[in-house]
Amino acid sequence: MGISDRKKLAENLAFWTFRMLSFSVIALLFTILGFILYNGLSVISWDFITKMPEDGMTKGGIYPAIIGTLCLIGGSIIVAFPIGIMSGIYINEYTKKGFFRNFIQLMTANLSGIPSIVFGLFGMSLFVNQLGFGDSILAGSLTLGLLVLPIVIRTTEESLKAIDNSFRYASLALGASKLQTIARVTLPMALPNIITGLILSIGRVSGETAPILFTVAAYFLPKLPTSVFDQVMALPYHLYVISTSGTNITESRAMAYGTAVVLILIVLILNLVASALRKYLINKHKIN
Amino acid sequence: MPKIESKNVHLHYGSFHALKGINMSIEKNTVCALIGPSGCGKSTFLRLFNRMNDLIDGVKIEGNCLIDGKDIYSKEVHIDDLRKRVGMVFQKPNPFPKTIFENVAFGLRVNGITHKTFIDERVERCLKQAALWEEVKDKLKKSAMELSGGQQQRLCIARALAIEPSVILMDEPASALDPISTSKIEELIYELKSQYTIIIVTHNMQQAGRVSDTTAFFYVGELVEFNSTKKIFTNPTDIRTQNYITGRFG
Repeated sequence: MGISDRKKLAENLAFWTFRMLSFSVIALLFTILGFILYNGLSVISWDFITKMPEDGMTKGGIYPAIIGTLCLIGGSIIVAFPIGIMSGIYINEYTKKGFFRNFIQLMTANLSGIPSIVFGLFGMSLFVNQLGFGDSILAGSLTLGLLVLPIVIRTTEESLKAIDNSFRYASLALGASKLQTIARVTLPMALPNIITGLILSIGRVSGETAPILFTVAAYFLPKLPTSVFDQVMALPYHLYVISTSGTNITESRAMAYGTAVVLILIVLILNLVASALRKYLINKHKIN
Repeated sequence: MPKIESKNVHLHYGSFHALKGINMSIEKNTVCALIGPSGCGKSTFLRLFNRMNDLIDGVKIEGNCLIDGKDIYSKEVHIDDLRKRVGMVFQKPNPFPKTIFENVAFGLRVNGITHKTFIDERVERCLKQAALWEEVKDKLKKSAMELSGGQQQRLCIARALAIEPSVILMDEPASALDPISTSKIEELIYELKSQYTIIIVTHNMQQAGRVSDTTAFFYVGELVEFNSTKKIFTNPTDIRTQNYITGRFG
């Protein structure tokens, strides 16, 4: 066998290996989705998403948990985005390359490496007890906000870094201050990519159970919150409860799968909305 | 009094001595071309006059740069005000990803002008001055990114004109453009001379010869020769200038 034949064989072998591995990942994803949908779709109905849970959470719906999770997604984004975007701006636009910038970046990376249960404990001792917010949407949102802060900082920083300096120079050369340049040129250009951070954050926040365990999540609370100081039910915790420590685990099994389907759908829908917003911003001014 | 003057200017990037004692003066309403091989300091010299070098870490500047007889590096000068008086056009067209209208209006808006009719009129006048009005008047609300490279560069010129500077700095404004767009930019420079003082960096000898009144030849951080363009191109004093313009090096 000549050298070119051997090269060709190796080429084909590698190509097929890569292809099979990629396909198996996709297959795995569809298996998980299919399994959950197969088990969960039967309980999905209008009542399921608009009714309170009944009969020890074996019947009725998951309406308060849906609302609770949406509150926590919204709340944590309100907490994380302003702080995260401003920190990202500070790191990329104001600090100079060198020790200090590296130090902040390292600390941000460390923050994202902290296990989420530790955030939960921290949130409980600071927000729930020390600051006296109690188990509440406020305490939960603050805790989840801290959890996704590194994601927001990182994506803001990376999106700003990707913007060519010539745009900054053009703005400064027209007599704009640094702040005006950031507000009118760099940040709007970075926004579509910052939305990627939004998408990642939504996925993270909606799925986390540990940080909300001690800060907001209610085991069973068949009413809607009226203020940020109220407790709420949340989908991931509700899922955990009815699968492991509910009143009748076998009976509520289908509801658990239904809850999982709803959780996946919420994340999917919010991601689609964010992607559409991203596309809109890119097209609006043809940002490449 | 010359419009622009540099007196014994030295500039260091860290340990690199980029400009070595430059003395030069440029008269009002003239075009001065800066020529020389890459890395000779001509772009650095250009950026002295709107203090864009200040943005680079580790830059040290000695000597005096004067516009209208006033030192632009003195403490009393506010950098944003200086940049309003000294417009700049960059090598690569760099319109903002905003509408054509908003690109030209940008300099006015950041300087606190909000009067709508005033902005409308100024945008129109500057686009006309930049010879772009006829091509864009029906699509002012379209993104500037949709224009061709040559149109984008004229838009950048209009954007610089909108803040009514008295000096315009051009850093190889036509190097990224095709010959037709280039000749349009050159015509434009000729037109603008009656109202502005222009310094242009160029690698194109013919361009320097066509558009400028005076030419300065830079070589490794030194100003080798500065004279009327005619003199530089027909009878240069220094052998290095002669070698460069005849294409023996560079």
